[in-house]
Amino acid sequence: MSVNDRLRRVFVETLELGEDVHVEELKYRDLEAWDSLGHMSLVAAIEDEFGVQLDTEQVIDMSSFKVAVDMLRGLGVSD
Amino acid sequence: MIEGMFSLDQAAREKALLPELVALTGHHREHSTEYRRLLDALDHPAGRGYAAVADLPWLPVRMFKHHTLRSIAEDEVFKVLTSSGTTGDVSRIYLDKEAAGTQQRMLSATIRTVTGPRRIPMLLVDTRALFKNRASFSARGAGVLGMMNFGRDHAFALDEQERPDPAAVKEFLARHGDRPFLIFGFTYMVWLYLYELARTESLDLSNGILVHSGGWKRLADQAVDNAEFRRRLATDTGLVRSHNFYGMVEQIGTVYLEGPSGGSLYCPDFADVIVRDPQTWAEAPIGTPGVVEVVSTLPRSYPGHVLLTEDLGVVYGIDDGDWPGKRFAILGRLPRAEARGCSDTFTGAAR
Repeated sequence: MSVNDRLRRVFVETLELGEDVHVEELKYRDLEAWDSLGHMSLVAAIEDEFGVQLDTEQVIDMSSFKVAVDMLRGLGVSD
Repeated sequence: MIEGMFSLDQAAREKALLPELVALTGHHREHSTEYRRLLDALDHPAGRGYAAVADLPWLPVRMFKHHTLRSIAEDEVFKVLTSSGTTGDVSRIYLDKEAAGTQQRMLSATIRTVTGPRRIPMLLVDTRALFKNRASFSARGAGVLGMMNFGRDHAFALDEQERPDPAAVKEFLARHGDRPFLIFGFTYMVWLYLYELARTESLDLSNGILVHSGGWKRLADQAVDNAEFRRRLATDTGLVRSHNFYGMVEQIGTVYLEGPSGGSLYCPDFADVIVRDPQTWAEAPIGTPGVVEVVSTLPRSYPGHVLLTEDLGVVYGIDDGDWPGKRFAILGRLPRAEARGCSDTFTGAAR
């Protein structure tokens, strides 16, 4: 599975997103589910799924699905 | 230890802060009508020169309770932070997206001075119940949540009924206690819940790095001050890395942190404190208590860069402690009438 697909699944499962949500366009605080509390769960789930450790700066900077994909690629995660 | 955020001596700090704060004063004057009115009434017209940070006009923190003070358009407001006032009044602090990011980044850079760059396992001396009502966190909840970014594998030392949860703490220590871990909580809760638990259960907190905030007033009847707090934690639990911090929602992202040897707070490089004589408003000499003014270059979406607090403090020394710059302590709240007086004088002048 590609990074995109895996990350999409993490987002959908962690934030309990409905089918109508365009996950790849999602930005922090677009939805109630992705508030600061949701963000914390999301970070933990991403770290589990991809076996990476984000530093504080990255946690703060992860402001959209797209940013998260770039971040993971930057950490060496590939398709 | 990396001391990136605590590097400027007083002369270098003054030199760095003055032009930035003058520019911010201009920026807020331009973008906030209410702020401009206040400055004009206080005889701080546009283009006035300032020779020192201490000369800049300050706003009493109370102003944020009764005035809409923001320097961004209404549709740019991303977050509104509120403080719970003792009288029921709340301050409203307006952040746009950029300001929300900046405050978190600078807070993170400050806290990293004592925790290191990595997110480490984190024990919160609080309860998950803080987040039950998702739509509206208390100020305490927001404070805890903001700190959670700095840690991982979070555990809570209190159960949902706010009772100590020995099993949760022991499980956390069994998993993470052999390497550095972060402990965060409000001072009185750390003392009443975690310290008591660790002492009676002989828990080893020697790898802990404690970051805590809140005054000593609630512990006064237990005769605990900062020195006693540190001494007993070290003796009874092995915890020697303890950092109190001082900060307020009206200057979100700026925290004044206790240095490693304890007893004094220090200013991050983008901030400073000035202690003023409440009669003359002149800067108080070293060692003389007065009203604390806090300055920071962070507030850009609201005019909170130069604030007169309602706290009493004292500067102990300059460039003579763990970190450069002023080292100071907060002694408590100003008596209520006096605090109101500060604000009334100001509001009167601004009419």
